[in-house]
Amino acid sequence: MSLFTDPRWGEALSHLPDYLGNHVRVSLAALGLGLAVSLPLAILTRNRPAPRAVLLALASIVQTVPGLALLALFYPLLLAAASLTLAWFGVSFSAFGFLPAMLALALYSMLPVLRNGITGLNGIDPALIEAAKGVGMTGRQSLVMVELPLALPVMMAGIRTAAVWVIGTATLSTPIGQTSLGNYIFAGLQTQNWVFVLFGCFASALLALAVDQLLGLIEGGLQRRSRLRTGLGAIGIAALVAATLVPTMGRSSQGYVVGAKTFAEQYVLSALLRDRLQTAGLSATARSGLGSSVIFEALKAGDVDLYVDYSGTLWANQLHRTDIKPRAELLADLKTALAKDNIALLGELGFENAYALVMPKKRAEALGIHSIADLAARASNMSIAGDYEFFSRPEWAALQKAYGLQFRAQRQMQPDFMYAAVASGEVDVIAGYTSDGLIAKYDLTALDDPRHAIPPYDAILLLAPKRAGDEKLQAALRPLLGKIDIATMREANLRAAGNDGNSSPDAVAKWLWEKVGRR
Amino acid sequence: MPSKPAISYLEVTKSFGRLKAVDDVSLDIAEGEFLAIVGGSGSGKTTLLRLANRLIEADAGTITVEGEEVRNVDPVALRRRIGYVFQSGGLFPHLSVADNIGITPKLLGEPAATIATRVDELLELVQLDRAAHRDRLPEALSGGQRQRVGVARALAAKPRIVLMDEPFGALDPLTRDALGDDYRSLHRKLGLTTVMITHDMTEAILLADRIAVMRGGKLLAQGTPAELSTSSDAYVLELLRTPRRQVERLNALLPQSGAA
Repeated sequence: MSLFTDPRWGEALSHLPDYLGNHVRVSLAALGLGLAVSLPLAILTRNRPAPRAVLLALASIVQTVPGLALLALFYPLLLAAASLTLAWFGVSFSAFGFLPAMLALALYSMLPVLRNGITGLNGIDPALIEAAKGVGMTGRQSLVMVELPLALPVMMAGIRTAAVWVIGTATLSTPIGQTSLGNYIFAGLQTQNWVFVLFGCFASALLALAVDQLLGLIEGGLQRRSRLRTGLGAIGIAALVAATLVPTMGRSSQGYVVGAKTFAEQYVLSALLRDRLQTAGLSATARSGLGSSVIFEALKAGDVDLYVDYSGTLWANQLHRTDIKPRAELLADLKTALAKDNIALLGELGFENAYALVMPKKRAEALGIHSIADLAARASNMSIAGDYEFFSRPEWAALQKAYGLQFRAQRQMQPDFMYAAVASGEVDVIAGYTSDGLIAKYDLTALDDPRHAIPPYDAILLLAPKRAGDEKLQAALRPLLGKIDIATMREANLRAAGNDGNSSPDAVAKWLWEKVGRR
Repeated sequence: MPSKPAISYLEVTKSFGRLKAVDDVSLDIAEGEFLAIVGGSGSGKTTLLRLANRLIEADAGTITVEGEEVRNVDPVALRRRIGYVFQSGGLFPHLSVADNIGITPKLLGEPAATIATRVDELLELVQLDRAAHRDRLPEALSGGQRQRVGVARALAAKPRIVLMDEPFGALDPLTRDALGDDYRSLHRKLGLTTVMITHDMTEAILLADRIAVMRGGKLLAQGTPAELSTSSDAYVLELLRTPRRQVERLNALLPQSGAA
């Protein structure tokens, strides 16, 4: 199949109005807020060197925080703020999606606006400010009639830089629940769907370029004092904003929001859940690429209505338990604990997606390694790779403690690249997932865990507190419970890891339903 | 001399840090008079000028403008009724010639139609072609044209007093000569009181009724050119010698007209 006839282009295009509209909306709001804060600050500090230096230093520090980290930081921050306002004023707000993304991006936009604003205002010939005074202007009149118009081209250049930064960085707001063009990139990376990755990159680059050129037109117009250029640029920006926002306006509530974390299995399962709800006549959208703790908090707050999590993950990360219990007991305890937060554990899907230490089958046999205990003896000469969260998870600490594991080196990797890396010998061991189809594909083996350091990881369906009594929803979901065995999920995951037209989460979800729906 | 001076300095002092820019200066400028303040750079002449419309505030002493003590007048209102011509024009580069000229009437809240008529009159007064210059930006004008616009702007709100800060200093000699003469006749025609700063004694002698000489913040001498030439101050005499020497040399070097 050629790259151009790939059906995933069509699928990508079908998401465009939603992703682009949300991308523009959050960028616009962030830039607006950033300008509303930075421009007055630039004006207020124009004759005050000390506060000006402090302000610029602060803005520079913000700029050194990586965009993804800044966005991620705002989520817990707002979560804490929301619980405070709930305690004090009895009102809460959603710390999910739009608000944290907008605030973080607004902060990100401040440096170029501040710096250029201050530079522009301070770069004005003092003789002209003297002249403004001399012809009888008040301080405010001098600012409005002389200083601001003269500083405008330089300010506009700063606004232009800020706009491009914000549009680019907004692609990173997907993990905190803000839909953006980043959804293509995150989903594409996780499911090895390069069409989506390319589409997302091109779309955001084109948007940034278009905005940059239009703002450039305005900037040039201001510089050359050409009303025509300035007007054309302004009309262009307005048209662009309208064209991207109007298609998604007037859309009523999104219905049920199905959450998904950042890996392929989650994308497939969320697509499957969404399809089930839609078949049952319920409106539903998938919100994918959410961080592990973001998604749980979002469910608790009702920003996400349902998603699939894994018992061991919640056991360790949300309940902070380090003891290991048998599968059924752990599930029962978990259900009780979640009920305290009014979260409903509807049931298990039927398979487990556990962390497991994985290495090539042949190498394990040659070295006589069958279990993690065998591995421990040789680990000091070996390297291990895990996903971005594994090495900070309690399971890793438990493994190290139980077996005295000490590796020569440890690396973090994009999950889908780990399997190829271990198969090619680039690393010796990986912390893989038992439901991953790539284990079979690359002829790898998952090592036994005789000391039960890793808890069971049953895939479980969680419902938000407000959906706990939603019979219609639960009726639509029940046919899935217990139906998906590990072999089927592995095959589904292997399909999703492919790179052809049938490997998109939507296509794999359809395949999965055909397979398990009749059971 | 007329009864009431247009501007009066009495024992005025102004320091910038340890530097005494204006040191105990007393000086009256009569109504309708054209006074030139002459001095080198750092002599305090610009400071003295700017004290009159409160672009700079005095440390001590009394300054009155048209009988009112300036410290009791709102500085913005004061500046709007005193014309000010800046060194290199001081025109706002983002405003057209017309908008530059009409700025003070606009600040005073005059109606747009009145301002437009006034701008046309002023363009004619400073001998600029209305059609060619009205809507231009300052950057499209020559140095002399810019300074004519600067004069027009200073006159826009019909002030009785005009302060000029080395207005013709940066111009080529021909333009400078023409502009000086043109301004001198405007001064007479409109009955203005003019205080002009210059470092050029020749220009001062040719344009002004009276000359005040500044040096190191002190007022060394004041009077008509003739009165100054009887001064006993060495610096004043030196200043006066320069134009004389120039004339003698020129006469020696150039064939007298009609001597062919």
